Amino acid sequence: MFDNFDALVLARIQFAFTVSFHFIFPAFSIGLASFLAVLEGLWLKTGKSLYLDLFKYWLKIFAIAFAMGVVSGIVMSYQFGTNWSVYSDRAGPVIGPLMAYEVLTAFFLEAGFLGVMLFGMERVGRKLHFAATCMVAFGTFISAFWILSVNSWMQTPTGFEMGANGQFLPGASWWDIVFNPSFPYRLVHTVIAAYLTTAFVVGGVGAWHLLKDRTNAHARKMFSMAMWMAALVAPVQIFAGDMHGLNTMEHQPQKVMAMEGHYESHPDGAPLYIFGIPDDETRTLDYAIGIPKLSSLILKHSLDAPLAGLDTIPDDEQPPVAIVFWSFRIMVGIGFAMLGLGLWSLFARYRKRLYDWKPLHRAALVMAPSGFVAVIAGWVTTEVGRQPYVIYNLMRTSEAASPLDAPAVATSLLAFVIVYLTVFSAGAWYILHLMKDAPHAHEEGVKRGDDGPIRSAGFTPGPTQDPTGEGHGEAIADQPRHPQGDGE
Amino acid sequence: MSVNFDLTVIWAFIIAFAVFAYVVMDGFDLGIGVLFPSFSPGVERDQAMNSIAPVWDGNETWLVLGGGGLFAAFPLAYAVVLPATYPLVIAMLLGLVFRGVAFEYRWRDPKHRPFWDWAFCAGSLIAAFAQGMTLGALLQGIEVSGREYAGSWFDWFTPYTLLCGIGVVAGYAMLGACWLVWKTEGKCQDHAYRLARWGTILTLGLMAVISLYNLILRPEYRERWLDTPALFFTSQVPLLTLIIAGFLFRALFKRKEATPFWLGIALFLLGMAGLGVTMWPDIVPGSIDIWEAAAPERSQVFMLIGVAITMPLILIYTGWAYWVFRGKVGHEGYH
Repeated sequence: MFDNFDALVLARIQFAFTVSFHFIFPAFSIGLASFLAVLEGLWLKTGKSLYLDLFKYWLKIFAIAFAMGVVSGIVMSYQFGTNWSVYSDRAGPVIGPLMAYEVLTAFFLEAGFLGVMLFGMERVGRKLHFAATCMVAFGTFISAFWILSVNSWMQTPTGFEMGANGQFLPGASWWDIVFNPSFPYRLVHTVIAAYLTTAFVVGGVGAWHLLKDRTNAHARKMFSMAMWMAALVAPVQIFAGDMHGLNTMEHQPQKVMAMEGHYESHPDGAPLYIFGIPDDETRTLDYAIGIPKLSSLILKHSLDAPLAGLDTIPDDEQPPVAIVFWSFRIMVGIGFAMLGLGLWSLFARYRKRLYDWKPLHRAALVMAPSGFVAVIAGWVTTEVGRQPYVIYNLMRTSEAASPLDAPAVATSLLAFVIVYLTVFSAGAWYILHLMKDAPHAHEEGVKRGDDGPIRSAGFTPGPTQDPTGEGHGEAIADQPRHPQGDGE
Repeated sequence: MSVNFDLTVIWAFIIAFAVFAYVVMDGFDLGIGVLFPSFSPGVERDQAMNSIAPVWDGNETWLVLGGGGLFAAFPLAYAVVLPATYPLVIAMLLGLVFRGVAFEYRWRDPKHRPFWDWAFCAGSLIAAFAQGMTLGALLQGIEVSGREYAGSWFDWFTPYTLLCGIGVVAGYAMLGACWLVWKTEGKCQDHAYRLARWGTILTLGLMAVISLYNLILRPEYRERWLDTPALFFTSQVPLLTLIIAGFLFRALFKRKEATPFWLGIALFLLGMAGLGVTMWPDIVPGSIDIWEAAAPERSQVFMLIGVAITMPLILIYTGWAYWVFRGKVGHEGYH
């Protein structure tokens, strides 16, 4: 009995650990792939080599981030079966096809065109290369589409029938399954989050190089682009998040109660708690600081609207409040900080101090990793808030796990922790190392050893296929090479 | 019901195709990982790595399709086989993590390149070996009760599964060596020819031993292979294998460049056919057949539409990606 409990907790920790790690990479690569497509598009349109330099600068970083995303993603596709076999068997007929669609429409697209995107510019010419970049970017979006549909179905399941063998079976229309009620909101909120995450990384790197040399044209361009994103997209994201919250209020009320820290019902308007220490034992929010009636205003658009609390929900159907309460606040806090930086950058632009206002650059540098924290916090909010169910209101997480013994799961968890920390710390280190180098003219592409990646017999790029434009042909094809590969 | 019957068979073939595509495509790049330390650091290793750098990611996607497809089309099999082979699957995944990142990291960090080269080899070896053992564990039968795995911890660890592990490693090494014969030149290619010959000998030997072992492994395997009239058809598999093996040795001794790789793939195709004869119509031998494990018709139809539309496109652009990087791997000094 105790063993079973242990194995379940371990399996949950393992899933949380591996999915959180994995989520970091797509959150970055979805945005970065689009950023790269924009940079390459601008280069093709304007012919300015500055855009090509920026493209190549970020392409090297993308290559590493994408590799980490791929390998951590393969783990996820098997972990449903290894650790959540009962869930896989029962929900497979509904969510399995969605995940198969993700592989067919997204993963192959990304993987098929990635090689050309990384190494193929001198082989296929500019336009085809740009098409490949767009395909990779599009693939990252389609991937988000399907996997968020799966996740949303687990949150707000619709369109299914129950089979006699206990399986969830697809109903008459797949549309109802794919476009389940929370999906459109979650998709918009998550994809924007990925764009913002990337924008703040790009902005942070730009700020770092501006702090060292405010005349660096490349750093200026990336900082400016990132700050436009922050100023324009952060408010949209706050609005999208609010809509998503209202949707959650409608379909998963106890998640919102936990997010708000509402242990008790408020018949005459509920306060918005800014701070508090949730105590699940006493079922109170200690040291609470709140703004009266604001929660009712946000969630119900009326100051005096009654709002039910967790006291209306049976104990064994409630999510753990403290985690959800805090992760939600972290996410929202960062969202507003992003908005603040965006507004500050607009003010700086107005005062023509965007490139030499050091406090702004320092703030952007500090906030470079904020997107990652926010997406993980948001993910924790929605996933822990779904508990104790794996399929909301229909199947409990405790019923979903594989028949594995605790030591087996403990061993695999330990192995995952050791391997992930080794491998992904190294990857993060290499990425930081690349970011440390200032972006400059004649930026090198992704290089492989002493030569370009691969040479086909007798193939020479013709003048029309010269990938870098006039006068810059050497940037890709004939850059002087260090005897030891990159040499850095 | 009759429609459902057909769809389940179609799906069994689609999954088999995905597994085959994975085995030959990731097979050769895992095989290169296994053989990696035998190439001298510097030019040879760089060539070997560069020959697969643009395509490994696409190759590995077939593994996700195999897993995801099994989840979607045969969820019960997915839910039984993965817990039954838990340590193997985890080992494989971690091996793939190490080798996957090594592709990028070894170029980024010349100081630690020996470490990442080692990780590339060890990760590839572990992944290949674990895949072979998983196949063995599946073939020797998995204990099922109700809709769950009911065996014990170490059912997957037997002399037979170890043999299958070695067999798959040898087969991948053979394919990897044949790929390098095709894509490289000079010393690297000479070395690849030697490895391809030894790899082929080892692979054929292990194929023979495992095939004979299968005849005593489970009684139904013996019936499926040896009962008449099935025997007239099944005996074609080993006969064709011998013929192809003969051509392969000839191609290697005549120093053909592309032919050995394609013949190596033909050998894998025959191995796959043999696997089909052995298992059909079970998906978990002795416990669950494909119809018991199949997803409902609505799921099968929905996915089949997706496969029908996307698979031709996938094959076209995957082919294009290989075409773009056709020819020998380049290196300074060979121009």
